[in-house]
Amino acid sequence: MSASAELFAIATSGLSKRFDQLKALDALDLGVARGIIFGLLGPNGAGKSTAIKILTTLLDASAGSAQVAGFDVANEPVEVRRRIGYVPQLLSADGALTATENLNLSARLYGLRGAERVARVRDALTFAGLDEVADKLVRTYSGGMIRRLEIAQATLHGPEVLFLDEPTSGLDPVARHTVWDRLLELRRSRGMTILITTHDMEEADVLCDELAILHRGRLAAIGSPAALKAQVGPDADLEDVFAHFSGAVMDQGGRFRDIRESRGTLQRLG
Amino acid sequence: MRAYAIETAAVADAEVRKLMRDPTELMSRAVQPVLWLAIFGQVFSQVRGIPTGSLRYLDFMAPGILAQSILFSAIFYGISVIWERDLGIVHKILVTPAHRSALVLGKAIAAGLRGLVQAVVVYGVAVATDVDIQWTPAGVLTVVLAVVLGSCIFSTFSLVIACIVKTRERFMGIGQVLTMPLFFASNAIYPLDLMPGWLRTIALANPLTYLVDVLRGAMIVGGASVHAWTTSFAVLLGVFLALLALAAHLYPGLAR
Repeated sequence: MSASAELFAIATSGLSKRFDQLKALDALDLGVARGIIFGLLGPNGAGKSTAIKILTTLLDASAGSAQVAGFDVANEPVEVRRRIGYVPQLLSADGALTATENLNLSARLYGLRGAERVARVRDALTFAGLDEVADKLVRTYSGGMIRRLEIAQATLHGPEVLFLDEPTSGLDPVARHTVWDRLLELRRSRGMTILITTHDMEEADVLCDELAILHRGRLAAIGSPAALKAQVGPDADLEDVFAHFSGAVMDQGGRFRDIRESRGTLQRLG
Repeated sequence: MRAYAIETAAVADAEVRKLMRDPTELMSRAVQPVLWLAIFGQVFSQVRGIPTGSLRYLDFMAPGILAQSILFSAIFYGISVIWERDLGIVHKILVTPAHRSALVLGKAIAAGLRGLVQAVVVYGVAVATDVDIQWTPAGVLTVVLAVVLGSCIFSTFSLVIACIVKTRERFMGIGQVLTMPLFFASNAIYPLDLMPGWLRTIALANPLTYLVDVLRGAMIVGGASVHAWTTSFAVLLGVFLALLALAAHLYPGLAR
């Protein structure tokens, strides 16, 4: 393992993605230290989801390179997949299956076998606080329960890096806090590196050790929440930091598809 | 190899569980074969307008209706994949290290099992309409294999279309456009000999023709296959493997 791979769980160099004429990601250089919670902020269309899709091997970069857990996402995608977990923005647990069945499916696809699989699924249910409802269909769950299940699904194989795309989007404050608790627990007990994208400045402030602000596909700022606030002014909060570096305020614009997906998630949450 | 089999079985298992919990689609799909055999078949048996040799027309068309039932059911399988894409389920599955072709194969096998349920329905209607079913173990086993393989082919074809069009609206349009030509450009309800040359050429390139041909020889007393079963199964298997490879290549594109 190279020195940078030992230090960084995620490292990108000149990472770019172009969709026809649109530069979704423009020469992104990023290093995410191991064992921290890292937040990726930016207005809709800033390149957050594109970055996360490249880092999780779902999308090929147009140029540049990225290493996750010490492996190149373009040349060693299977090795990367073995070492990551991913919670998409959409509520991705299968509503027509129970929590146990959802977990068993993920466990088998991650190569967990026999007694180890049974034990991991049992532990994941406990971690998600779903023991009592493990055999009920997921479509009967609340949004917070589904998110906890998805985090358990994405971590039951013990990944080194966990990616979450707007994990608390559409959740009520109580459910949001339970999700935060789970993420902090994963960092504390397993030393997991966690990368989240979020629009929620409170979430970024409470959860993240370090933040990067993307603007039009480029890295506009990077640092701890406290350092970023200090750069903007003595009384600045993260909303001010966000507006300062991205030239935007929250809830401004967004592509049709982003909005459709967000609303789809909200609709599923009832 | 073991990992591949486990991944395939995991996907098939999840799909079958979902199917068992929501049998409404299976029930609604059962209506069509009932109409074809109980109404169309009964009437055309009286007309005697289509020469079917020593077979009654109803006996001749029963395997075609079974194949049609499989086709119509499997060809819309892709819409569930688009639904899974819209929900983010596809994204989550694609970040696992599982083989892409195992994910596709698992779905195809689940469609194959669904095809067997369709076959039971068609057999029930066929018995009720006095079709002369061949109940020999070899005949039934051949029908089972053909139904599973046929379902795998058309469901995987459907998945390929889903991967290309990516939206439900476009998929429904294309699905409607494809099913009828596939059905009518085959030997399902009339023999190849009756077709004009150009249509026969298309029919011979249509996997549904080979599926019907096997079913006709295996399912009906006195039914005869034009092609050797080994030839038909080789064609069906070849088409399935080609579609499987194509679908495995295109499937990751659903998450982009």
